[in-house]
Amino acid sequence: MDITLPLLILAIPLFMFLLLGLVGMKMSHKLAGTLGTLGMGTVLVLSYTTAFTYFFSGAPEFINAAGERLQYMVFNTTWLQFTDTLVIKLGFLLDPISAMMLVVIPTISFMVHLYSLGYMRDHHGVYEHGFQRFYAFLSLFSFSMLGLVVATNIFQMYIFWELVGASSYLLIGFYYKKPSAVSASKKAFIVTRFADLGFLIGILVLSYYTGTFDFAALTSVPVDGLANVSQVSLGTAESVRSIFENSAAPMFMGASVLTWALVLIFMGGMGKSAMMPLHIWLPDAMEGPTPVSALIHAATMVVAGVYLVARLFPLYIMEPSAMQIIVWVGALTALYAAMVACTQIDIKRVLAFSTISQIAFMMVSLGVTDINFHHGIGYMAGMFHLFTHAMFKALLFLCAGALIHAIGSNDYTDMHGLRKYMPVTHITFLIGCLAIAGIIPFAGFFSKDEILTACFGNSMLWYVWMSLVAGLTAFYMFRLYYLIFWWKEHKVHEGHHQPSDQPWTMTAPLVILAAISCVAGFVPFGNLVTWNGHQMFPGENSFLTNLQHLDWAVAAISLAVAIIAILVATVMYRKENDLPAKFKNALPALWDWCYHRFYWDELYQFITHKIIFGCISRPIAWFDRHIIDGAMDGLAYVTNKASVAIKDFQSGKIQMYVWFYLAGALLLGAITAFCLL
Amino acid sequence: MFSNILIYFVVIPLVMLAGLALCRNIRQIRAVAVTGSLALTALSIWLLVDYLALRAAGETAPMLYTGSWSWFGPLNINLSVGVDGISIAMLILSSIILLTGSFASWKIEPHTKDFFLWLILLSTGVFGFFISIDLFTMFMFYEVALIPMYLLIGVWGSGNKNYSAMKLTLMLMGGSAFLMLGLIGIYYHSAPEGAVRTWNILEIAQNGAISHGWQYFLFPMTFVGFGVLGAMFPFHTWSPDGHASAPTAVSMLHAGVLMKLGGYGCFRVAIYLMPEAAQELAWIFLILTGISVVYGAFSACVQTDLKYINAYSSVSHCGLVLFAILMLNTTAMTGAIMQMLSHGLMTALFFALIGMIYGRTHTRDIRQMGGLMKIMPFLAVCYVIAGMASLGLPGLSGFVAEMTIFVGSFKAGMTDYLAGNGSLRLVFTIIACCSIVITAVYILRVVGKLLLGPVQDEHHLTLTDAAWWERTSTVVLIICVAAIGCFPNFFADLIKFTFSPSIFAVIGMN
Repeated sequence: MDITLPLLILAIPLFMFLLLGLVGMKMSHKLAGTLGTLGMGTVLVLSYTTAFTYFFSGAPEFINAAGERLQYMVFNTTWLQFTDTLVIKLGFLLDPISAMMLVVIPTISFMVHLYSLGYMRDHHGVYEHGFQRFYAFLSLFSFSMLGLVVATNIFQMYIFWELVGASSYLLIGFYYKKPSAVSASKKAFIVTRFADLGFLIGILVLSYYTGTFDFAALTSVPVDGLANVSQVSLGTAESVRSIFENSAAPMFMGASVLTWALVLIFMGGMGKSAMMPLHIWLPDAMEGPTPVSALIHAATMVVAGVYLVARLFPLYIMEPSAMQIIVWVGALTALYAAMVACTQIDIKRVLAFSTISQIAFMMVSLGVTDINFHHGIGYMAGMFHLFTHAMFKALLFLCAGALIHAIGSNDYTDMHGLRKYMPVTHITFLIGCLAIAGIIPFAGFFSKDEILTACFGNSMLWYVWMSLVAGLTAFYMFRLYYLIFWWKEHKVHEGHHQPSDQPWTMTAPLVILAAISCVAGFVPFGNLVTWNGHQMFPGENSFLTNLQHLDWAVAAISLAVAIIAILVATVMYRKENDLPAKFKNALPALWDWCYHRFYWDELYQFITHKIIFGCISRPIAWFDRHIIDGAMDGLAYVTNKASVAIKDFQSGKIQMYVWFYLAGALLLGAITAFCLL
Repeated sequence: MFSNILIYFVVIPLVMLAGLALCRNIRQIRAVAVTGSLALTALSIWLLVDYLALRAAGETAPMLYTGSWSWFGPLNINLSVGVDGISIAMLILSSIILLTGSFASWKIEPHTKDFFLWLILLSTGVFGFFISIDLFTMFMFYEVALIPMYLLIGVWGSGNKNYSAMKLTLMLMGGSAFLMLGLIGIYYHSAPEGAVRTWNILEIAQNGAISHGWQYFLFPMTFVGFGVLGAMFPFHTWSPDGHASAPTAVSMLHAGVLMKLGGYGCFRVAIYLMPEAAQELAWIFLILTGISVVYGAFSACVQTDLKYINAYSSVSHCGLVLFAILMLNTTAMTGAIMQMLSHGLMTALFFALIGMIYGRTHTRDIRQMGGLMKIMPFLAVCYVIAGMASLGLPGLSGFVAEMTIFVGSFKAGMTDYLAGNGSLRLVFTIIACCSIVITAVYILRVVGKLLLGPVQDEHHLTLTDAAWWERTSTVVLIICVAAIGCFPNFFADLIKFTFSPSIFAVIGMN
């Protein structure tokens, strides 16, 4: 494959960032926005071409004779050489998951670029302050995210991992005059940085034992006769495990060192993907402009953790205890976030908790994977859900943006009854809700169904647990839907302030994403993305494949759960009534804990302010000023005093000197006499 | 003598001094300072290119461009010069910081001429130090670089300047006392019985005549001596006060270059000449420098004065330099030198920006400022970039340096651990890694309070953004920071040669 296309996919957003960042302020708003959008549009075309070439061209470097998809390194150049073998390279890896992300990221990013042309202006058409900066940061983010998914080695991933973190920081804090946005951006960066510490140490451990950063050397074997092509292989992962087992210290604190390394790396993923207990930054990150939330905090960056686990999947299979940790973290997070989402008022917060919950679905799906159960359906389902979720969650966020733009508030209490005023937003939002709730034939149905099938294959516990969470998902989404679009209209909506659908730049992305959410479920994903490239239903590449291979027993139950949940939501929230209040009063403690997000923020507040600042930083600063500095000043003081004390010897009085002379002479004489005798 | 290119690193500053003495007005002073530092920058870059060409042609001597001229025969004191990749990196760093420092002190008042005279004298010492390979002349240049600091802070400083100047000078002089003892000791054991004693580093290393017992005494002497200047805990307290009181260009030179003299000396003298003691005593200093790394970072978290924050951050970052040197492996040492470069550039950038902000708002207390992003966007954006470099954002210099250090130190730590040699190195490496989080905390705290949020003081609304000379100064530094961050392998290769097994066989380093 030619390297121009992949190179351009990375170079265009980077160039746009530099261009808009350096001279953007000199351009008109319109030019900067158009340039950014056009740049992203080009990237969209290029990466679609690349991804489609990968999946459908059938070239020998992409798929072997047995129909198994391969990993192809388009280019890989040395960036920093530590030792002869340990090298950080920057490259471009094409394999099923990176090709999939090459579809997801530019799609959402382009939609967001387009959408922001309308969103980042007020009702009079005046552009927001820093509009050009916004597009520069969006380009930076797109560049970093693309670099992350095509990474050929774990250190390249870490590099771009940090860069997406920084772009996220810049975009959350876009409204930098707002203190809440500033502290939210700070929180996001520091929490993910803390997680990255684990990631870094994990990388250090892994690379020390294996002597390499390359994914190819960790998880796959080269294919004979083709340069830069390799195939995912358990054998390689097994040999990595045996390196750890044969080392001088294979165990550390009761777990194998490989497990430690993998769990530490997963910790990085927990930070970025907002898994409990490192999830606290994501709800606050909603302080950023809504298109940013759609792009970064719903569709792309937050799934980086899932992507990381998927990337190192063969290694995770080697350590069942690491997989268990992933499942537990995912399952607890999914339930927690779904419960919290049922009580929030701010519509973006509901969506944020919903995102956390859905990403946890993907994590669980990866964690429950048994490679002998339906060709490792869990992995496929996790990636499938990543793909569909990106589409419908971006849609929901963009709808929320349209609502916020029209109403000027984030709370559903200010909305109510909008279905008549904003029909396009209403229908697209409904499609998003149906998709996330898992109603056939919308996208979420298929991917969630596969996840539940995978859970079923693992254990009854996770199946029941995740089905329950799926029910909660349908419930809170429809609660939100009814509260926004139904109920009695608000008084403010009368007169010329009537809310309405937004300009085409904003509605077009909604319609497109809604259309994708309707059909994405029919993509025969099992033939495109599996953990080892093996096609699940070889030869059946039609849009009915997914339907034909549906496990109807699981599907019927999950559909039933979703429909019941929607009915409950309808009864409770279709019209204003006192049922919600009754529920709240029946379980006040539960409601309170959910509403306050189980007080995680307060806990962190306590840890950072009272413990880190209060018990570590301040005492250290005090110690420095008073003990260390005091010792130095004390030394100077003693020297000073000593010299004052002895300076009287130099009095300048002759009599004094004579006395000293005599005393000295006598003393000397005495000593001499003593020695002689 | 004048056919050796290295001599010009001392000659040009001396010519500048003469030129400055003749200057009559501020324009001439600026012209001399800028021309001279441009000449030094050009010279160091030319040296770099030529050096790489020589190495590419297969030159394997440890030091190139060597030359030696007798100064005081009876004690065998020579003016010996020679450079390798590390010294060249340091020369480039010094010349760039001198250049940007000259721009940053465009409007320094009063006694402009005297200020520049002392500043250039100081840099003569710095350049002389980096080109010397004779311990005696090295020490002499070291002292030349330290003394002007007293006047520069005492006269042109701000705040509690007399106290700070005195403290800084006395503490560094205290370090010099240790150092002098160490260097004289090294001289007396520089050659086997009966042979001629020497001050030349290369010859001493070749002789390897310092006995094990003496190394145990001389290594701590020299390491502490240089370590004081490298802000090693607990000898770092001159740094916060000193930096806080010093004028902008002096802070830049001091944190950017002078603190590097410490790290460079620790490596070039203490470890290079006494490797056995370095191996066996490393644990003491590992603990001290490991403490420096987190201690400085935690202290920086609660400071309110911009310069104090940056000074403590320097303690943390320079601690990492000494920490990595003590790991005694190629990767970590390469990282240490890169960290010296990186810290030098970004801390100079920080101090330049702080100076510019202070020059406008007349306060350095972050509680009294806020929302500067709106008022002076250029300076604010530069500050954010400097902050990002400091907290290790990929693409800027801090990241590559820190990662090289962590990879190298972790390797040293794991090797020790797996060989059953205790886990001190490993534990301290992990502790040092934690600094990436703490650094993020204090950097983002400053950025949040100082630059973002609402404007605190409405008098600030009338302030102007950077003038052209300030822009020049910061842009040059940012370009250098980004160059290291984007093309780290170039710098790693430049540095790494010094650690190649044939040259560093003294330690038997891997």
